[in-house]
Amino acid sequence: MEEKTKSLPTDLRMEANPPPRLLRVLTVVTILGFAGTLALGLKVAGTDIQQGEIQRIFYIHMPSFFGAFTAFGLTVVGGVIYLARKSERWDRIALAGVEVGLAFSLINLLTGSIWARPIWNTWWTWDPRLTSAAIMCLTYAAYLMLRAGIDDPGKRRAFMSVYGILAFVTVLITLFIIRIVPETIHPVIVGASPQNAQGGFEATSGVVIALVPSLLLWLTLMPITIIWHRVRLEARIEKLHQLKLQALSE
Amino acid sequence: MKTPFINSVAAIIGKDLRAEMRARELVSVMALFALLSILVFSFALELDREAREEAVSGVLWVTLIFASLLGFNRSMAQERDQGNLDALLLAPISRAAIFVGKLLGNFIFTLIVALAILPLMTALYGLALLDGWIIVTTTLGIFGFATIGTLLATMTVQTQAREALLPIAMLPIALPFLLTAVRATKGVLSGAPAAEWQGPLGMLAAITVIYLVLCLLLYEYVLEE
Repeated sequence: MEEKTKSLPTDLRMEANPPPRLLRVLTVVTILGFAGTLALGLKVAGTDIQQGEIQRIFYIHMPSFFGAFTAFGLTVVGGVIYLARKSERWDRIALAGVEVGLAFSLINLLTGSIWARPIWNTWWTWDPRLTSAAIMCLTYAAYLMLRAGIDDPGKRRAFMSVYGILAFVTVLITLFIIRIVPETIHPVIVGASPQNAQGGFEATSGVVIALVPSLLLWLTLMPITIIWHRVRLEARIEKLHQLKLQALSE
Repeated sequence: MKTPFINSVAAIIGKDLRAEMRARELVSVMALFALLSILVFSFALELDREAREEAVSGVLWVTLIFASLLGFNRSMAQERDQGNLDALLLAPISRAAIFVGKLLGNFIFTLIVALAILPLMTALYGLALLDGWIIVTTTLGIFGFATIGTLLATMTVQTQAREALLPIAMLPIALPFLLTAVRATKGVLSGAPAAEWQGPLGMLAAITVIYLVLCLLLYEYVLEE
């Protein structure tokens, strides 16, 4: 077995080892951090006077978008480095970023929808920000479809790096659309905004205590840990393919 | 020795125009499609006078984006099928010149179709679509479509599924163009004050510039030898 793996590229051989200590620590810290921020959001932060308990979903809703932001951002970084250096490892990071980011943005849409049902009295409305968030999800779903449609591995990696970079524009549009198209009804929590008449709330100290740790967790540890696991999984899938090819050729 | 940028761009556009003059493949297919699309929409949506004012800019842009998808696919498939793509890659010209040449070719053909259906829709729906600002919006929007369409069609034409993948790849990326263009067109059409539709129009221009720069930088990577 050892002999066979020697013919594999170095990064694939390395990925096969048990998880590095740093990843194990990150995993434990992320799980504990998630439990901690949930406790902060559910117990420590006070109940919103106008909205009641449903407002607590915000402590997941907004951080999950920023988690997706980090993940899609890593896709851009992975794409740029792949195009510069042709290192397959960075292409795997780009792919993992898309999958994790898509999962996070679906959490974002879903929690938003659950919140909107009692507050706006509808699951969905064609508000600019909601629309652009949906476009963002569709763009990354298209990434995965396109990726599956390209057979040649070299072309697939190069093309998808390009697409991953282009797709990030939709993330930026989602982030900044409130400033560009002012007639959104989506609340703006940070900074003064006239929209707060429709389901907004003040970022009081209680909100900040629950929001900031959650935001930091989703922005950094959460996407990085999951992406790292996903990258290792992808490397193992590739290793399996290569070993299969070797076995067949013998 | 590289051929100067302008010369190579002009040569590629010239080649596309000459091929189109002789074969009349792209513009005729796109124009026929656009015509059919407008007719199908007016039946399907039962567009009466009032509904038209609301719906017509949507109809215009959906028609334009599908027509341009057809055109971009066809234009890149021609390059590939006749081995011209390989010849372009062998030629001593920069990849950016290939991009700009193909982009301008695609832009010209789609714009011809767009400028043909604007008066047609004006006549059919009795709305003033031949407004200067609507033509500006149309030109910008089409240029935006052509920018990402040229890049993405170069990618998809090199894959197995080819024609099927371009709409999937391009529609979500083109939605920012579509949204802003529809808003601007609707604003101009309804005679709203300029302040109301200048925002979307400016945003359309901004998005076009962002994508143009990105596509220029990234194009060399979608042309693998």
